[in-house]
Amino acid sequence: MTATVNPARRASLAGDGLTLTGRALAHWRREPGPLIGSLGFDILMVLMFAYLFGGALQVPGGGSYREFLMPGMFAMTMVFGISMTTMAVAADLDRGVTDRLRSMPVSRLAPLLGRAVADLMFAVVTLAVMLLVGLAVGWRARGDLGDTLTAFGLILLLRFALVWVGVFLGLTVKGQSAVTAVQTLEFPLGFLSSAFVAPSTMPAWLGAVAEWNPLSATVGATRELFGNPGWGGDSWVAAHHPLLAVLWPLGLIAVFLPLSLRRYRALSR
Amino acid sequence: MEHAILAEGLRKRYGDNMALDGFDLRVSPGTVCGLLGPNGAGKTTAVRILATLLRFDAGRAEVAGYDVAGQADRVRHRIGLVGQHPAVDEALSGRENLVIFGRLFHLGRAGARRRATELLDRFGLADAADRPVRTYSGGMRRRLDLAAGMILAPSVLFLDEPTTALDPRGRNEVWEAVRDLVRGGTTVLLTTQYLDEADQLADRVCVLDAGRVIAEGTPDALKSRLGGDRIELVVRDAVDLAAAASRLRAVARSEPAVDPDRRAVSAQVGERAGALTEVLRALDADGVGVADVALRRPTLDEVFLQLTATSSAARTGVEVTA
Repeated sequence: MTATVNPARRASLAGDGLTLTGRALAHWRREPGPLIGSLGFDILMVLMFAYLFGGALQVPGGGSYREFLMPGMFAMTMVFGISMTTMAVAADLDRGVTDRLRSMPVSRLAPLLGRAVADLMFAVVTLAVMLLVGLAVGWRARGDLGDTLTAFGLILLLRFALVWVGVFLGLTVKGQSAVTAVQTLEFPLGFLSSAFVAPSTMPAWLGAVAEWNPLSATVGATRELFGNPGWGGDSWVAAHHPLLAVLWPLGLIAVFLPLSLRRYRALSR
Repeated sequence: MEHAILAEGLRKRYGDNMALDGFDLRVSPGTVCGLLGPNGAGKTTAVRILATLLRFDAGRAEVAGYDVAGQADRVRHRIGLVGQHPAVDEALSGRENLVIFGRLFHLGRAGARRRATELLDRFGLADAADRPVRTYSGGMRRRLDLAAGMILAPSVLFLDEPTTALDPRGRNEVWEAVRDLVRGGTTVLLTTQYLDEADQLADRVCVLDAGRVIAEGTPDALKSRLGGDRIELVVRDAVDLAAAASRLRAVARSEPAVDPDRRAVSAQVGERAGALTEVLRALDADGVGVADVALRRPTLDEVFLQLTATSSAARTGVEVTA
């Protein structure tokens, strides 16, 4: 065969990563069902908590439960993203796509980068939808524009950290049942926080776990930035939400990014 | 370049298990080498090592003239890999899949599109190019997968069980596509569970067992090595079976096998035409009525079972009389 096919460019992490992000986006464009399902579920959660459970739930410091709820829901949808990342990574591995990419002159880490960028883009779409739903149920951001943007920045930082949790799990778990398990575990992870109810209403030990949940840090910090009612805890954790909302995600990234890279490299072992 | 694929003394250990234990392979450019062996023999491990997916513990390997361990990136520009499952996106069209892979091979946007069109034509997928892959038949999916492996016109193509789970028609489509690639000069290393597939496609066959090559040669040479052709006689009347067996024994190299249900008797022979004439003439003189005669070569399945049985018996120290 004549070698008439000559690469025009060289492998680059950014270039290959963007091509693979494009692949994920093309996939979603052609098969939007799962994404619409995921957004529908998020909206259903808001409606359930706002209208079904919300009437029975009190915000300890007083104030509207729906205003209390929305920052929790914003962060919760980021948690729901974990299984999405896990599923995509596990599917590529399972179907031999990862092997094919590794046998090609593609920048080694581009598949992971491409995934991370695509999932962050979907997180932005999710947040935009949730913002509209929040406005519809009476939630308002009462801080200035800078505070509001900072709050959404913190939420996306949490999502970026959880991308690496999802990638690590996707490279680790085997089979569809494991992916379902990850999906199921998102609920206790999300509910055992200050996202939906105040930790002060829980048994002391459970409340302490909920307070320390990374999700609670982001939720607490964004409630402050949005000017929404918080639950008014007086612990050290509750007093340092903004700091922890940065430190927790950075800590998760510091653990799960290297672990993911190690797993990925270990595919050649 | 003397060998398109060269492996010398490759070893790969997983815990206590030696997946490859002194694996040697030489494949000449432009030929098809079939790698056969039972599950766990090390076929997939060998392909994964040669395709730069897996590190190895000892030995040396070159693909397309480059060292697999030290020049992996150069190797990756010259190989294509088609694995056990089609590594394509079901949701995307055939064209979209090929364009994405083309861009990942750094052909640029326009170059990737042009190449996708060429390959879709070549693999007979032009009409289905813009349909989602989900609507493709098994054979079409595999051909698309082959096309994705051919984007850089690689000189070496690895096919790891390329027709698993295909119906006979899909299999023929894939075989035709592979033959076409080989006519164009591509070297192919093929692993397969289907021995007739190796028979159909391979110039040479390597039989793998417990991580090393236990037999190697053309499919024909391997078959003759097992003792040549078999004569099978079916007699009209079951009472003549013993007479037929004794006449066959006189020209055979092995003890005739008698199948009373089919009134058949068969045995391996050396020189087939002569043996056949002789046994038929003798039976005619005896007045034994022959209903059917077959002269057949051993199938690769028979070769394969025989070789692996001998090899595992040798490992466990049992004497085998073949």
